Amino acid sequence: MLDPYLPLVLMFALAGAFALFSVTAAPYIGPRRYNKAKLDAYECGIEPSPQPVVGGGRMPVAYYLTAMLFILFDIEMVFLYPFAVAADKLGLFGLVEIVLFVATLGFAYVYVWRRGGLDWN
Amino acid sequence: MTKNFAAEIGDTAKLLADDPIWLVLIKVVGIFAFLVVMTLFMINWERKVVARMQHRPGPNRVGPNGWLQSLADGLKLAFKEDIRPVLADKWVFFLAPVISCIPAFLAFSVIPLAGEVNMFGQQTALQLVDLPVGVLVVLACSSIGVYGIVLSGWASGSPYPLLGALRSAAQVISYEIAMGLSIVAVIMFTGSMSTGDIVGAQASTVLGFAPGWFGLLLFPSFAIYVVSMVGETNRAPFDLPEAESELVGGFHTEYSSLKFALFFLAEYVNMVTVSALATTLFLGGYHAPWSGDFLNTGWWGLLWFIIKTLAFLFLFIWLRGTLPRLRYDQFMKLGWKVLVPTSLVWIMAVAVIRTGAIQQLSTAQRLIALGVVVGLVLLVSFLLPDKKVQDTKGVPLAGSGFPVPPLDLAVPKSAPKRKVKVANIPKDTAAVTTGKEAE
Repeated sequence: MLDPYLPLVLMFALAGAFALFSVTAAPYIGPRRYNKAKLDAYECGIEPSPQPVVGGGRMPVAYYLTAMLFILFDIEMVFLYPFAVAADKLGLFGLVEIVLFVATLGFAYVYVWRRGGLDWN
Repeated sequence: MTKNFAAEIGDTAKLLADDPIWLVLIKVVGIFAFLVVMTLFMINWERKVVARMQHRPGPNRVGPNGWLQSLADGLKLAFKEDIRPVLADKWVFFLAPVISCIPAFLAFSVIPLAGEVNMFGQQTALQLVDLPVGVLVVLACSSIGVYGIVLSGWASGSPYPLLGALRSAAQVISYEIAMGLSIVAVIMFTGSMSTGDIVGAQASTVLGFAPGWFGLLLFPSFAIYVVSMVGETNRAPFDLPEAESELVGGFHTEYSSLKFALFFLAEYVNMVTVSALATTLFLGGYHAPWSGDFLNTGWWGLLWFIIKTLAFLFLFIWLRGTLPRLRYDQFMKLGWKVLVPTSLVWIMAVAVIRTGAIQQLSTAQRLIALGVVVGLVLLVSFLLPDKKVQDTKGVPLAGSGFPVPPLDLAVPKSAPKRKVKVANIPKDTAAVTTGKEAE
């Protein structure tokens, strides 16, 4: 009897080997014709805008907010899963608990909505 | 350790537990090949169907009727120059396609392709693994795939890929919440997260004739899943990260050769995976639309599975051929303000109905449950939009140091109304209209 997670490891190994082979082989298979313009950042033909050395500039803060909200609701989602698995066994107790849990997060959700955290412009 | 859970694991997991290692290896290679072939087929099919929708022939030169076009394109990509821009971060730029490709393949391993089959003399299920956390594996893999996108955009050292990657990441994580929430109701009905058990739970019929698929029983969940799976895979009409008119190519603008091919492959494999998951969760997986037939046994399951998955893939193409791209704020509004609250309320409703039915609650308990649900609805009603707040984020006119153009232009308070032809309108109305204009 094999470990039930072994096939996942094998799949990981096969996909990883394929992907690593591809990215490693690419420079050797293809041609190499030097051209300075090829190595610049691609901006549809205009001179590339000046960039910090690596990583390129600042980004709108709204994305950080989205990321934080994602963590909030993703954890809510992860808590809902075990409840869903055991919902029938937990019965009324589980139902009340999960409604309270969702309601608590609902207040956070309403707060974010009212403060404009979900708006983009 | 496995034996402790022996009583709880499903039939499929028990079947799979006896697989010898050579059979597992065959399955791994088989699923890998299946996904690559599906990708090649899908690219070609998409081009042909979209071409049909636009009254043009589509690819028809390479191979019989053009069906080898994508294979030729893939080979061509391998023999193209591999470019790394000077500003790119060497290792992250190199690894990002790998990070995006591996989870795409990994996610498919929990999908059941068919039920019990005989493979080379071994009784087994046509599925690589049936884990007790099956659905979570798919969600985890799609989350990790975001790393590939973000890192590729960041490492390119170029503005368009960075913007594309940010958009893409924000989009994928926003729709992942809706997607994950839509699955909760299915798990509640199955009592298990294993994909094998979920398909097994849909074998029965409801109302005497209809198949007991969760797509029928839990239609709101199904609808939310289908919308969010399109958002999750960055496909039209939600393909904002690759909005050609704004962002060139999105996060993979700077990639070429086989590295670009890997991103392309990952995108299409992800499409196949979410379609297959939709089939598994909501359309009864490998079950035929009716029960108790020989068509419901053995390898026939693979046929049903592929038909259903192709139907979802056709939906992707159809959407692309039909709908224009959404604006970014509309798109985020749909995800956060429509799909997420709808899912939450729907899950709570399902939980109340199901617990009430199973526990046979007393009047008092029912009243309490009802009260809580009413409270939730009240909570949602707080969300009713309040007054629009004036946008005050402009540059102040005086004392800011910014050069401000002369502002002596006389701006009319409201746009002048068009003169109405008096002859066509009854007299009293005309008098009112002209009177207003005179003011």
